[in-house]
Amino acid sequence: MLDCVGMSFVLLLSAVGAATVERAQYDYYKYHPMSEITSWMEQMVKDHPDVVTVVKYGKTYESRDISLLKIGLNTGKEKKAIWMDCGIHAREWIAPAFCQYFVREILQTYKTDAKMEEMMKNVDFYVTPVLNIDGYIYTWENKTTRLWRKNRSPGPEDCSCYGTDLNRNFDANWGTVGVSFDCCSNTYPGTKPASEPEAKAVTDFVGSQKDIFLCFLTIHSYGQLILVPYGHPNYTAPNYNELMMVGKGAAEAIWKVHGMNYTVGASPDVLYANSGSSRDWARMQGIPLTFTFELRDNGTYSFELPEDQIQPTCEEAYSGALHIITYAHDKTFSGAVANAAVTLWSILLAAGVTGATLM
Amino acid sequence: EIMRLVVVLAVLMGVSGIPDVTISPPTASADTSAHPNSIPETGAEEDVMATGELNPNHYPARRAAQVVQHYLNTRYGSPFRLIGVQTVHSGNAEDVADSGRKYQLELSVNDIITNTTQTCSAELFFPKGKGQQPPEVKALYQKYKTNQTLMSSDFAQQLRSDISTLSNSKLPSDSHGHIEPDMKPFWHLGILASSFIMLNESTENTLYNVAQVANITQLTTEEDHLEFDCHTLLHEMVSQEIIHWKMLFTWSPAEGVKVVQMKRLPHRHEREKSPKTN
Repeated sequence: MLDCVGMSFVLLLSAVGAATVERAQYDYYKYHPMSEITSWMEQMVKDHPDVVTVVKYGKTYESRDISLLKIGLNTGKEKKAIWMDCGIHAREWIAPAFCQYFVREILQTYKTDAKMEEMMKNVDFYVTPVLNIDGYIYTWENKTTRLWRKNRSPGPEDCSCYGTDLNRNFDANWGTVGVSFDCCSNTYPGTKPASEPEAKAVTDFVGSQKDIFLCFLTIHSYGQLILVPYGHPNYTAPNYNELMMVGKGAAEAIWKVHGMNYTVGASPDVLYANSGSSRDWARMQGIPLTFTFELRDNGTYSFELPEDQIQPTCEEAYSGALHIITYAHDKTFSGAVANAAVTLWSILLAAGVTGATLM
Repeated sequence: EIMRLVVVLAVLMGVSGIPDVTISPPTASADTSAHPNSIPETGAEEDVMATGELNPNHYPARRAAQVVQHYLNTRYGSPFRLIGVQTVHSGNAEDVADSGRKYQLELSVNDIITNTTQTCSAELFFPKGKGQQPPEVKALYQKYKTNQTLMSSDFAQQLRSDISTLSNSKLPSDSHGHIEPDMKPFWHLGILASSFIMLNESTENTLYNVAQVANITQLTTEEDHLEFDCHTLLHEMVSQEIIHWKMLFTWSPAEGVKVVQMKRLPHRHEREKSPKTN
């Protein structure tokens, strides 16, 4: 009898121990199914309650909550924002892995890195680890579903196939180039702009507060590219030169980490023409710095990037994203403040001189 | 004086504030090539093909370089040598009367397994006309001495003596991109055989990669070469489609890979709406 109690107690202790150990050791270098990502998000809030909240901002076609992590220091002041979404395309597993890594990284560094702490005070990070949740879950079902791209809405009634390409569904030159109106096609743009609940969730949430966003990053794979707006060959973003300069800075930052080349350019130049992308929509809302990241690799493994490449891919992508985010932040905060301060001092000095003379 | 100073200060503050964010793109000529119900062949939008000196970062040069990669793999690839494009240095394209388009490329290619790089000059010709005609490629590759020759013949010997149970291996063997080290040479063979197809199917409007070697089986044969059956999934980047191909191919260290039969499979899966499982 005592032996039984003793055994149960030991088992209980080791269970608790295991649970604690497991909690502290989320493996950022393995791919996680949606249920684990959802638990991880909840855990991030529990571990950093003063900095992280979960915001549910929509529902997928299959009625799952679309959530993001809002990360930033509470200053009571009005803050600007950085947007990052991963997993618009279900098969691009390295993208959600990167979003999770990104969150871990900023939460780790802000306590010791003054620059990150400053950014966390001025800016909130809105990170959606998986936008196309239904699609992502579908790719985990079995080996034949692994390469699914679109969402899982049934499409028009006369259609014998599922899914709309969410990155052709946004209201940005919708349905013009780089799409196919065959509803079975992988670039089917939907029945109309933002017809899909996943796309609509983004446009409703970001659109209702677009003025706070300095930067909009959307993460994909594969191809090792940094794409600037617009996807339509006849349109050029008014700040194209700035976008290219910042994009090239990001590519250089990426190269410094593991020597990987990422090509920078507008999609119709370096990849193909397309329309209805989230990046283009964001730019058209006036968000100045909008980029698509296409992560590793260059085609050897394509969408099925081995887990031993998760870490180096995330490290380099983080460096690239941080370059853009820092630029966006400094343009609004340190930059203006510094300019104003210099201006103010020079005026005061001048006034002091003239004042002295006048008096 | 103070008021004027305040005004000056205010103006200067305004100027150095948040930069203008222009919203809408230049009001364009309504894009006449876009008809909502057409299925735009990318060719239609790209009527004016890049001619003359090519920007090595832009897609015409990059797509042509990918075709060179497929060609090199069909000629020089082996279970222990897989070739990839590393950098495109420069390129040139021109129309050839009414028969097609000619490209000239300078690029660097990479032996993916040994991570050694070499430069490569290539010439391509994409024929114009009805139906899919494969491009013609001329390119040289220096087979530097590596132990790949020895490994290939050892591998061939191993397969001749013991027709291993390869059937129904999915490579990469799981959805997470993992391939067992001793399965890698088979994965490479699948990619090489696929390279024949990717080369055949390539145009200026496509960019092919292997997404998955779904299945590869060794078949018994009386011949000197080894025989395989495989099912691979190709990813075509421009359309974003996954295309299934079945192939019968032979391999020997001396002859390399030769595709004997190939067949494109319809993707029935996509065409069936079935009751959703939650």
